[in-house]
Amino acid sequence: MDLSFFTEVLVGGLLSGVMYSLVAIGFVLIYKTSGVLNFAQGSLLLFSALTFVSLIERGLPFWAGILITLAAMTAIGALIERVVLRPLVNQPPITLFMATLGVSYVIEGAAQLLWGTQVHGLDLGIDDRPLEISGVFVSTFDLFAAGVAGAMVAVLILFFRYTGIGLGFRAVADDPLAALSLGLRLDRIGTAVWTAAGMVALVAGLLWGARLGVQFSLSLVVLKALPVLVLGGFDSIAGAIVGGLIIGAVEKLAEVYIGPFFGGGIEGWIAYVAALGFLLVRPAGLFGQKLVERV
Amino acid sequence: MSDIAIKTGRRSLPGLSPQAFGVAALLAIAFGVVPLVGSEYLFDALLTPFLVLSLAGLGLNLLTGYTGQVSLGSSAFMAVGAYAACNLAFRLPGLPFLVDLVAAGVIAAAVGLVFGLPSLRLRGFYLAVSTLAAQFFVQWVFNKIGWFSNDSASGIVTPPPLSIAGIAVTSPVGRYLFTLSVVVAVTALVWRLVRSPTGSALIAVRDHETAARVIGIPVLRTKLLAFAVSSFVIGIAGVLWAFAYLRNVEPAGFNLDRSFQILFIVIIGGLASLRGAFLGAALIVIFPLGLARLGDALLGGLFDSGVLEMSQRVVLGLLIIVFLIAEPAGLSALVDRMTRRITPWITPWITAGRA
Repeated sequence: MDLSFFTEVLVGGLLSGVMYSLVAIGFVLIYKTSGVLNFAQGSLLLFSALTFVSLIERGLPFWAGILITLAAMTAIGALIERVVLRPLVNQPPITLFMATLGVSYVIEGAAQLLWGTQVHGLDLGIDDRPLEISGVFVSTFDLFAAGVAGAMVAVLILFFRYTGIGLGFRAVADDPLAALSLGLRLDRIGTAVWTAAGMVALVAGLLWGARLGVQFSLSLVVLKALPVLVLGGFDSIAGAIVGGLIIGAVEKLAEVYIGPFFGGGIEGWIAYVAALGFLLVRPAGLFGQKLVERV
Repeated sequence: MSDIAIKTGRRSLPGLSPQAFGVAALLAIAFGVVPLVGSEYLFDALLTPFLVLSLAGLGLNLLTGYTGQVSLGSSAFMAVGAYAACNLAFRLPGLPFLVDLVAAGVIAAAVGLVFGLPSLRLRGFYLAVSTLAAQFFVQWVFNKIGWFSNDSASGIVTPPPLSIAGIAVTSPVGRYLFTLSVVVAVTALVWRLVRSPTGSALIAVRDHETAARVIGIPVLRTKLLAFAVSSFVIGIAGVLWAFAYLRNVEPAGFNLDRSFQILFIVIIGGLASLRGAFLGAALIVIFPLGLARLGDALLGGLFDSGVLEMSQRVVLGLLIIVFLIAEPAGLSALVDRMTRRITPWITPWITAGRA
């Protein structure tokens, strides 16, 4: 086996895994604090990328586009929390999940009613020339995306550790009842969490949009993030990152080395099979904090 | 044997309950009146897809509503049923269609059993996500492996024309009647199942696994049974979809959106309610057509197919959210409340008719 080719595939896989982690982190943020598996994360991603691109195409400068989109995402996040999830408080988790499924339909439809269904190119101004690092070619764009993801995770960690609201997040995630009896404003924290998820969706949306083109299929990247979550756990940011790297690497390696035997196209399901296989061996998942849901 | 005798004994009290009367009246209309007055459009665009989707909803409801295991991959089992029946019809042309139908259901059940295996170790969201593996894997298999689709490049297969006992059933009304008969038969079986001890075991597993285990219910076997029976019913729905409704099969027709559609039918109709599957399917089938008409009337040319599709998505999403918030028990509970209001007026009328 050609080692440098293997390394190249592996590195490419790891880097695309970072992109999956980016999406998965949005899920984890909301799951940790409100116990909701937010299927609408993909549609939020689509909405942010589509809004940003459409604003830029109408001649707005980059930063204005970012700010307006950010404002829109904040509003949508807060709106979902207020209008959809708050009336459903105390319902079983699966009901909440289905509500977010409904939300994702609304946002996907609304985004395209608003901005149209054509494919937009999104240029973030990053030169995508392959970079040669000791004989292995690496995409500059992927490196940049990994850098952004790293920065975002660092910001999130600092935020959780050193700000009052971040502490509130962690308190709610640990024990909502105790947090409530301490006088924490659960409603405000809920809104803040959805706002944060909206921002994560913006970052992920821009990076994914630049890579795939901004179009409907962008909202399908959730399907790439779900096996990552199954593997890493729905409530662990570290799990989302490590899970993303593993899934990314497995997917690319399988596609290159196993795919040809099956006529290709296996990347649609191999991630799920890999995640399931892993759980069969280690039911607690990667970091195994919560065993309640997994026997 | 004895408990069945007791049950029938209880039910053979003179006369019909209002509920049984309602079902009998509906069946009489569906079999006797509708075929005489319906138009081709009514059968092909509304009634046949409604019946098939109801059946699929019924199957998923067994798994999700009764047993509490959420599946996001139900259309995969429709696909398995559809392709299995096509292949049986092509490869073993001597077999009567009804044998194909049941065999395809059994094959779907076997595949469902395999994809139900993660339920032995996973619960909740982890299980829901793992059922997506079925969705993507099955779709890929029918796309990539030519054997299943007679080597057609796109995976599209046209099944042979429907024919029962040598009689060709090709007219819209014939296909409607055939679909209706199968759906009624399978629904009756499912009705028996959910009222049997096995049905109670399903509900026990949903409500409290540990308690179910304590009282001696084999939890793991019950879960697998739910996956198998649910996939059987959904597989039959897939066969009807292929042979009686669309009359062609393609992998893309059984995509994730179809799975979500079936899930929505169950939610909107009402979890753990047989009637719910039918009510939900009725809404899901009628509402896009209604919206198209409405959009046409209000906006005319402005309302092109792209806009229509997107507005359908928005309205469907809103519908789900509104239902979950306002009526978590679904249309079925809504109908219950309405019948409770109407019953006092109708009961004397029924009693009079019976006398």
